[in-house]
Amino acid sequence: MGRKLLTEHINVKGIDTFEVYRKQGGYRSVEKALKTMTPDEVVEEVKKSGLRGRGGAGFPTGMKWSFLAKPEGVPRYLVCNADESEPGTFKDRQLMSKLPHLLIEGMITSSYALGANTSYIYIRGELLYVLRILEKAIAEAYAAGFLGKNILGSGYDLDLYVHPGGGAYICGEETALLESLEGKRGNPRNKPPFPAVQGLYARPTVVNNVESIATVPVIVNDGGEEYAKIGVGRSTGTKLISACGHLNKPGIYEIELGVPVEEFIYSDEYCGGIWKGRELKAVVAGGSSVPILPKELILKTAAGEPRLMTYESLSDGGFVTGTMLGSGGFIAMDETTCIVRNTWNFSRFYHHESCGQCSPCREGTGWMEKVLHRLEHGHGHMEDIDLLVSVAKQIEGNTICPLGEAAAWPVAAAVRHFRHEFEWHVTHAKEAAQPGAVYPGAAVLV
Amino acid sequence: MAKITFDGIEVEVPDGTTILNAARQIGGSIVPPAMCYYTPLKGSGGKCRACLVRVAAGSAKDPRPMPKLVASCVTPVQDGMVVENTTSQQVLDVRKGIVEMLLINHPLDCPVCDQAGECDLQNFAFEHGVATTRYQEERRTFEKIDIGPLIQLHMTRCILCYRCVFTADQVAGERVHGVLGRGDAAEIGTYIENIIDHDFSGNVIDVCPVGALTDKTFRFKQRVWFTKPVNAHRDCPKCTGKVVLWYKGKDVLRVTARKDQYGEVKEWICNECRFEKKETADWTLEGPAHIDRSSVISANHYELPVLNQSVVADLPESTQRELEKNPPLKLGN
Repeated sequence: MGRKLLTEHINVKGIDTFEVYRKQGGYRSVEKALKTMTPDEVVEEVKKSGLRGRGGAGFPTGMKWSFLAKPEGVPRYLVCNADESEPGTFKDRQLMSKLPHLLIEGMITSSYALGANTSYIYIRGELLYVLRILEKAIAEAYAAGFLGKNILGSGYDLDLYVHPGGGAYICGEETALLESLEGKRGNPRNKPPFPAVQGLYARPTVVNNVESIATVPVIVNDGGEEYAKIGVGRSTGTKLISACGHLNKPGIYEIELGVPVEEFIYSDEYCGGIWKGRELKAVVAGGSSVPILPKELILKTAAGEPRLMTYESLSDGGFVTGTMLGSGGFIAMDETTCIVRNTWNFSRFYHHESCGQCSPCREGTGWMEKVLHRLEHGHGHMEDIDLLVSVAKQIEGNTICPLGEAAAWPVAAAVRHFRHEFEWHVTHAKEAAQPGAVYPGAAVLV
Repeated sequence: MAKITFDGIEVEVPDGTTILNAARQIGGSIVPPAMCYYTPLKGSGGKCRACLVRVAAGSAKDPRPMPKLVASCVTPVQDGMVVENTTSQQVLDVRKGIVEMLLINHPLDCPVCDQAGECDLQNFAFEHGVATTRYQEERRTFEKIDIGPLIQLHMTRCILCYRCVFTADQVAGERVHGVLGRGDAAEIGTYIENIIDHDFSGNVIDVCPVGALTDKTFRFKQRVWFTKPVNAHRDCPKCTGKVVLWYKGKDVLRVTARKDQYGEVKEWICNECRFEKKETADWTLEGPAHIDRSSVISANHYELPVLNQSVVADLPESTQRELEKNPPLKLGN
């Protein structure tokens, strides 16, 4: 059994209340940080831990914190990105609804480290029930003296607000989130300037994912070095994985980074294998925006090494034979899955969610979706397959924010690894257009 | 001050200058195209991606290349930066793609469009696009919205550059229109069918790079290449009153603000000057207006792009000879 650092007490009855959470050792990190550590020492511990952003990009959190501009007399902000909405990713929702005080504890400790006196949790608007849970927990923390003026007599003040968004995927992009938080349309900003220099209200701001912030109390309590001992290489600590798709036991698992993918899929401790005794066909390992990999490449790298659940191992081979850990949205697909239909489905999402601000994403996401729709419904041509790759390439890297890449990568990877299925949709158009039709042959590795 | 090398030409610009404006100091056709950037409008730029360039060296301190192409209109220069624009095949390829994207839903109704002949998208497509399209899906169409008696909105032609939104916000004072919707369903619109009638709202016509916002008082009256632009001014209590009158014979068909060589308005004009003063007697004439090379009226005037001579004079002789031998990309090359 792997160690559980975040979810150890998740099943304790009443853990969402301050009283029970405190009894389980909650808010120790706040006491430790505020009473015995300087803000820089907290930052140093996070750096030592090797914690990497759990929102998807995997950028070292401590390093991100150290980039924060610290001009005198200017307020700084910490913003928690709780706008989770990537298809396949649903771990933060669970963390916030079951363990709201863990996030609040992390917000206090992190805000102290960054010198922020006002912090925000920007939550996806649809998660109204989680918003209520968080608001109740924040009120409890205020009442207990962990928020507000002069916390625990340390002289440190912090106000924490939870702010619901309008429910747009783009608002999970950090600069679009800041625009939305400021009350404007959630369009991403051009970078530079980066939020660490000019973020919320043009002040230095750090934007971190829920899971990253919830990990900070663990790091402060146990020490960064202790945390760094867990995991493999530069992938330290534990990670929440939201597993879904054709698995016997879909759900949210806290794993120690380094678990082999094969073990994660097939062992009873985790997903328990593929449902109905079927064969695994493909996996999207880190949320719908990361490249899809066929069974052969997700279980083993191109070099034949076992693939591990780490940032490095999953990206081994780059985007040719590898993928990304991303946000940990693990989607398994069995042999009955039509890859073309699945890709069209993903594409529909990104087309719908593109903000429309920059031309490659605005026009390109719609174009890809329409071509995929045609292919799936038996009206495609052979040249459409290369057209898809070309359009994806025209979007990738040329947009204001990473939504363009999020839309382009799944399409490019699906064609790269499952080109034969796309071709089958052209050569067997009538057959392929039938509901539930699936390419009948075996996978062909490209 | 920061020194930047742009397509092999070195130029020194004040700190904080954007790559695009550094290129504009050099001049000529090596200046990246810009469909959404507009110097007088704060916050504009970065959206159309037409001006993407490759930064081959970030700065003297950190000479690593930037991993992605950057929007030159919003990226500030750094001392020692090396930028590739016309010299990078990657940039030229991407630009071809941007033209294709912009033309996906833009109707090719140039023969009946009032902007024909002075359309940025026409020029951009001519310079960087390809003659065919790979797009075979149904094109986007919109319900027509009436935004008042002065300005015609053709949403099908809009490329969502946001310039008119910034103009309404920053120049017209009272913004009654903006971008509604998301993705390729986004559109310029007014909140609950309002009219756009602020005193300076006519400026949205001048800033529109395509024919999405046109002058209702000039609409279908004449093709721009049959008109004659003349500089004129009047004593206006609301604006500077410095305009260009567009004549056909003795009739003033259109009044616009004066623009610089990059098509950017020098001084905003009020609606009274633009829409109501269409008699020669209303104006003091100054003489023929300079016709920019990007205007269709200059078609037979053979005005070639000019490099800033003061920048060229500072270059080493070998570079000057090289420039003479291989001038930067010309329009239509």
